[in-house]
Amino acid sequence: MDIRADVLLIALGAALVTVVPRVVPLVFLSRIELPRVLKVWLGYVPVAVLGALLAAELFLSGGKPVPLAANAALLAIVPAIAVAARFGSIIGAVLAGVAAMALLRALGA
Amino acid sequence: MTPLAAPAPAGFAAGARAGLPVVLGYLSIGFAAGVVQRASGLSLAEVMLMSLLLYAGSAQFVVASMLAAASPPLAVIATVFFVNLRHLLLSAALAPWFARVPAWKNALIGAQLTDETFVVALNGLQKGVQARPAWMAGLNLSAYAAWATANLAGALAGGLVGHTRALGFDFALPAMFAALLVLQFVAQANRWRALAVTLVASALSVAVAVMIPGNWNIIIATVAGATLGAALELWTSAPTSS
Repeated sequence: MDIRADVLLIALGAALVTVVPRVVPLVFLSRIELPRVLKVWLGYVPVAVLGALLAAELFLSGGKPVPLAANAALLAIVPAIAVAARFGSIIGAVLAGVAAMALLRALGA
Repeated sequence: MTPLAAPAPAGFAAGARAGLPVVLGYLSIGFAAGVVQRASGLSLAEVMLMSLLLYAGSAQFVVASMLAAASPPLAVIATVFFVNLRHLLLSAALAPWFARVPAWKNALIGAQLTDETFVVALNGLQKGVQARPAWMAGLNLSAYAAWATANLAGALAGGLVGHTRALGFDFALPAMFAALLVLQFVAQANRWRALAVTLVASALSVAVAVMIPGNWNIIIATVAGATLGAALELWTSAPTSS
């Protein structure tokens, strides 16, 4: 049961910065409205962060760009997106993506 | 709200029953999350540490992804902060219902707030369930237990498979991000703005990673993308809406 020091640090730090926004409004701001600008801004955070994460996963490897011609991930992501769009299933999309990647690697991509 | 003649049951057991859809959802997504975290190099103990302390699906994927890219802890924590900042909204939306509840109980209720439990809680409250801490505890603890159990099962299964690249398991993480992004798109009122935000955040994420050392690309791209989206929305709707 090994826990690396930096992973422990991240777990504690991430837990702290997560619990504060969860707790503070319920405890202190019972009757105060958040400013509209902040609400609108927060509404775009999920799309922005997921776009940033997905692009980093697809186009980078070890911080370096992957040559487009050798990028199997760009092909394997297509069935995952299709399954998510058609069926709204996260599990289904993951299985489709993993199966597509396994197939591409078996074919030598 | 009209006062109901016979108020819906609002005890711990009723809260746990209300949480059943969340439990079912978490059992499947949590299993996938466990597999994904193992595949990105976290040990079984580390997966459970994240599951029990952090207890936030998308943030756990972010941690897994950034750790695999050897990001510095401060960059990971800062990114998680922005990813989870949306809980401010959920917590603020629940606050008026629990205005008469003691602060320490509200703190416990808030500490386990998630997107899914929020939806179930608000739905129940709007349908006349009394805002009682015991009901929230039943909902929160059943969801928390399901998440931890599913993470554990997924981490165990992922450990059996190991790091076999040939099986494509390392691709579970990008596939999950893509699926979550698609679901976010479906929920957005204006798809064009969402598309603009996604494209700008994606391009910045890659460009910053290549040009600036230190793995700050996710956080810079997220803040820039959300600011663009908010600016577009406020700019186009400024004169009329309040």
